[in-house]
Amino acid sequence: MTKNAQNITKEDVQYIASLSRIHLQGEEVERLTKDLENILGYVHKLEKLDVRAVEPTSHVLPLANVYREDEVKPSLPQAEVMKTAAAPHNGFFKVPKVIQ
Amino acid sequence: MKLNELTAHELLDLLKAKKTTPREIRDAVLAGIARTDGQVKAYVRLRSKASGEQEPSGDVSMPIPIGIKDNICVTGEPTTCCSRILEGFKPPYDATVIQKLKGSGAQIIGSTNMDEFAFGSSTENSCYGPTRNPWDRDRVPGGSSGGSAAAVAGHEAIWALGSDTGGSIRQPASFCGVVGLKPTYGRVSRYGLIAFASSLDQIGPITKDVEDSALLLGIIAGYDERDSTSADLPVPDYTKALVNDVKGLKIGIPGEYFVEGIDPQVREAIDVAINVLETRGATFHEISLPHTGYATATYYIVATAEASSNLARYDGVQYGLRRQPLDTRKTPLIDMYEETRDAGLGSEAKRRIMLGTYSLSSGYYDDYYLKGLKVRTLIKQDFDKAFLKLDAIVTPTAPTTAFKIGEKSDDPLSMYLSDIYTISANLSGIPAISIPCGFSRDRLPIGLQILAKPFDEAMLFRVAYAYEQSTPWHKERAPV
Repeated sequence: MTKNAQNITKEDVQYIASLSRIHLQGEEVERLTKDLENILGYVHKLEKLDVRAVEPTSHVLPLANVYREDEVKPSLPQAEVMKTAAAPHNGFFKVPKVIQ
Repeated sequence: MKLNELTAHELLDLLKAKKTTPREIRDAVLAGIARTDGQVKAYVRLRSKASGEQEPSGDVSMPIPIGIKDNICVTGEPTTCCSRILEGFKPPYDATVIQKLKGSGAQIIGSTNMDEFAFGSSTENSCYGPTRNPWDRDRVPGGSSGGSAAAVAGHEAIWALGSDTGGSIRQPASFCGVVGLKPTYGRVSRYGLIAFASSLDQIGPITKDVEDSALLLGIIAGYDERDSTSADLPVPDYTKALVNDVKGLKIGIPGEYFVEGIDPQVREAIDVAINVLETRGATFHEISLPHTGYATATYYIVATAEASSNLARYDGVQYGLRRQPLDTRKTPLIDMYEETRDAGLGSEAKRRIMLGTYSLSSGYYDDYYLKGLKVRTLIKQDFDKAFLKLDAIVTPTAPTTAFKIGEKSDDPLSMYLSDIYTISANLSGIPAISIPCGFSRDRLPIGLQILAKPFDEAMLFRVAYAYEQSTPWHKERAPV
């Protein structure tokens, strides 16, 4: 991909789309190229800040590892959970052929 | 006044005095929906079976009708985030907040409209079409919890739940003239809230006044072992904070929130609100939150990165929608993923997934995602420092009043900038409330935002309640 954020190409967009598992059609590619270019151009203002000595914050609460007792408890019945699937099959998720 | 125009605490008084019944209240709300929802479109569906018909058991305390944002799971009821990709999804479990509400005897009325997966600030990005602002049908109700805010403002619910990732409770509350609270991150369990950005999301109340906000937070707050990010802290009785006294409180006004882009009428209303609180004995101090200008950019890195990861689960396998293209492009499995996501996700969802994927991708992670997390630290430190000397901070909730439907829908960046005043509270995890503080000349509501230290929701209620008791705005009703 091109390194300069303000210069996103259609090929970049196609590549990100494939990483995102989204199939884009014709004009969507052009619109998203323009949108991403604008938004990343705006985000570029963070360049002005020197953050080399700053710790990242991925979580705002001072939580360390949260443990619970390792006990068996009732869980949702499998049949209930599988009801939400697109193609349930004998308790499995059925998908298109993976190996040709 | 009709029952559906009253607040929850007024209705609870009537119930206690045996002057009404849960059934009458419910019927009044359903009549309000029948009258108004054809135009406002706050709901995307009403609950299939009438929960009010189950006789409340003896210890039921609050049989109040409530609207639920369409991203909070209710057992057996369709919950879709207003996205085609979740069409037909019926959760096999209740969100913790729903379990708590049911325990209090709440009457769940239906699911309210929202921007798809909460991606938006106007409720226009819904697969069911837009909600309209009860104060002016040509305008948006704000978003993403626009359906919940419009339902409360339009007397189609006594109160409602929304979710707030970057302002999605407070900005629509501001646009619709109601009270919206984003609790401290961790105050309310997120179990059963369909995830957008897990480090920012919080569920919160949308109500007609501050007392109702305190009551509803009291019901839904608290530790939950099913959400490992919920805080193991006791829940105070928030109604004790409604003391109508702000004498001696120190309140900050951040200069960075009053610069270019703010509507002069919004500014004027906030200045007047500050005067009201000053008259009541609070002292005001000009402060600086120097990294404010970087909040929106930081948010759109952090939130989209988390969203792209959270939405990876919608792949045509675990949930309802599945599409297979006629031709083979890559492999049948990948083609199914890609075709399903193309058909099921709207354009803003695709845009945000792509942005998030970009900033997490190899070669860009350090420049975007990691950088965003570091600036997030700076934004949080601004508040930590300010609150060493302050009890609260006040700002406008949004730079403008409600904008016209369609006005910003072609320009994602200008839509993102309408959250400029609300985003920092999510990045820092602190609680914030929006309360009505007046109207523009064309009679559109304006919101005052109050922010406080982590887990000090009581301070928000105290300041908000004292302001509310000194002003008439919460008594104004939308023309429905």
